[in-house]
Amino acid sequence: MSPDRRQFLGWAAAAALAPGLRLIELAQARSPEEAVSLLRRWGLLIDVEKCADCDACVTACRDENGWAGHGRPATDAQWIRKASLRDRGTGLVQTLPLMCQHCEHPPCVDVCPTGASFKRADGIVLVDKHICIGCRYCVMACPFGARSFVHEPLTGQKPDVPRGKGTVESCTLCVHRVDRGEQPACVEACNRDGGKAMLFGDLKDSSSEIHLRLRREPSTALRPDLALNPGVRYQHL
Amino acid sequence: MASVHYREIDGRSGGYYLLLIVLGIFIAAGLGAAWAMEHHGHVITGMTNRIVWGAPHVFAVFLIVAASGALNVASVASVFGREAYKPLARLSGLLAVALLAGGLAVLVLDLGRADRLIVAMTHYNFKSIFAWNIFLYTGFFTVVALYLWTMFERRMNGYSARAGMLAFLWRLVLTTGTGSIFGFLVAREPYNSALLAPLFIIMSFTYGTAIYVLVLMAACRWSARPLGDALLARLGSLLGVFVAAVLYFVAVQHLTNLYVARQVDLERFLLREGGIYTALFWIGQILLGGVVPLVLVFAVRGRAALAWAAACVIAGGLAQMYVIIVGGQAYPQHIFPGKEVSSSFFDGVVASYAPSLPEVALGVGGVALALALTVVGLKLLPFLPRSLADAESAKA
Amino acid sequence: MSLRIAAAVLVTLLGVASLAGSAELAGGRVALPVVKIEKSGACVAPTAEMRRNHMKMLLHQRDRTMHEGIRTARFSLKNCVECHASQKTGSVLGKEGFCSSCHAYASVTIDCFECHTPLREARAR
Repeated sequence: MSPDRRQFLGWAAAAALAPGLRLIELAQARSPEEAVSLLRRWGLLIDVEKCADCDACVTACRDENGWAGHGRPATDAQWIRKASLRDRGTGLVQTLPLMCQHCEHPPCVDVCPTGASFKRADGIVLVDKHICIGCRYCVMACPFGARSFVHEPLTGQKPDVPRGKGTVESCTLCVHRVDRGEQPACVEACNRDGGKAMLFGDLKDSSSEIHLRLRREPSTALRPDLALNPGVRYQHL
Repeated sequence: MASVHYREIDGRSGGYYLLLIVLGIFIAAGLGAAWAMEHHGHVITGMTNRIVWGAPHVFAVFLIVAASGALNVASVASVFGREAYKPLARLSGLLAVALLAGGLAVLVLDLGRADRLIVAMTHYNFKSIFAWNIFLYTGFFTVVALYLWTMFERRMNGYSARAGMLAFLWRLVLTTGTGSIFGFLVAREPYNSALLAPLFIIMSFTYGTAIYVLVLMAACRWSARPLGDALLARLGSLLGVFVAAVLYFVAVQHLTNLYVARQVDLERFLLREGGIYTALFWIGQILLGGVVPLVLVFAVRGRAALAWAAACVIAGGLAQMYVIIVGGQAYPQHIFPGKEVSSSFFDGVVASYAPSLPEVALGVGGVALALALTVVGLKLLPFLPRSLADAESAKA
Repeated sequence: MSLRIAAAVLVTLLGVASLAGSAELAGGRVALPVVKIEKSGACVAPTAEMRRNHMKMLLHQRDRTMHEGIRTARFSLKNCVECHASQKTGSVLGKEGFCSSCHAYASVTIDCFECHTPLREARAR
């Protein structure tokens, strides 16, 4: 057989198998040797109605990722925070957790001069602290104020979560846990101790709970006018 | 045109060395501040997670914008062919390079990981206007050096018009890029505007000309070289026109904002209820940086008036930078339209900020560096004509 | 005349340098690295290769982990620390730390532990 025909048959076979591979992939968690792929997109769905007046998510994130503060709220890192909202017109009061929205078109990625702020193939927006120069342009660019700058020398970092002085950081969607097949710490804590308001899953998996709920029930993205298509959605906002 | 004789300044007097020592002290203080910030982290500064760009950036952006404007005098000579300004062109180039060096030094030393400068120069994300600016800034040094060479080297004099055009276009792109650093921030209401780039261009004209006037007057007086009134009057008129243009752009920017319903809150903040930012806007930027220089230049007239006008423009320019950079960050982002927000991360409130000593020391150190480079440059090479008296220069 | 002075200075410098080079003794001015292998078993690659290439491995692997999510145990920095951290201090830094000992001798700054913890996980908990 000529090389061209062989190549074509190879591609055809791959194309035929691809959907099947996807199903197999979903059935098993990604193994550590495999690279992440575009076939998945991780996201969160947060039901604001169920969000209780607690901060289990914040505490869990802090413990998991080791960003306990120094008692200086203006400069301490905050990867996730509870925001209290009061509607100016109706007076309705709500609370919700606010963190990096893991946008599909992240402004922080666009503006980073070195490319340290980047979006992984599976949708998680991260800071590559190996090349972050600490210019804080991404902090300026984020519409949600999700990023923090590390203002002091750090010790006692969690082994799975490196963080250091002079670099910028934000919610990683607990990428170290997700890569192991677990859920982000905030989601786990909310389901265990909180209002069970948070749902994590693969937005591109048509059989996942998050995908089905997003398709069935209305939800909003924050700052829809910016057309960022975030991976984090809110319901009953 | 009568040939102009350029000569280095003597630079051996007590006053010269005293000036260098004083500038050196400020530079040392700036370096010390940078070391402290690098060693202890930015927690020793007044910058926070809400106000990430503070006093150092006010100085740095001011210096960078002024650098591009300082080249203006040379451009008027080479690009627009005004003979009277030709003797001023060399100093203009020197000042442009010196101011840019000072501004960049502050910017780089404020980085959280300044030790990763090599990383910044080898890893580029070309979607980022910041990355483009790195090229534009370093390229500017080369372009201006080339331009200066065509002016210094007699055999290259014929090319100085072309080199001047290149430098002029380069600095327009550079200043547009600097303005776009802010203008491209779609998420922030105070910045998200196409007007920011042209505003920065016209601001550069004012700051650069003002600094040039003061440096020229000081250099001529302290090296005992005549400086004609008519020449200064021309520079004064130039300054006045640019100041008027800035006032126009600022007016258009705010009037437009007032028409957009969503931006009314922002305008109320900047123009009325912003505390320090409102004061700096009206008194610093508009009065001191706009109205007073116009009155001094066009009504009062004279050398002293021009010097004061230039000083006022500089003060007003720093105020304007502060309002844009710090005020723009202090204003809360509206993540939830129609809702009042509060959180542990200072959502929904005007962020507070006070410049700290290390920040100001770093910024002032950058200014001192720019001036020191100019002072040393004047001694090393013939940037300044022996005489700028009116009889020689009043030709065009 | 100046040539003779230059030659004299050069000879002196070389002499001093050779004296320093011969200080393999404990009385030398720079402490030799202390490499304590406390855990049994082999490293992920032969010693000679690790000595020569560990920096390249780290630089290459960190990009694969960050950008592609590849977290094989073999090239994980966390695993290096797990194995090589001192039994006494639990760290790869410090006076006789596995990493800092050689790096201090070679005068090469380590950037990794600005962000990564130098402590073994069991200890850190």
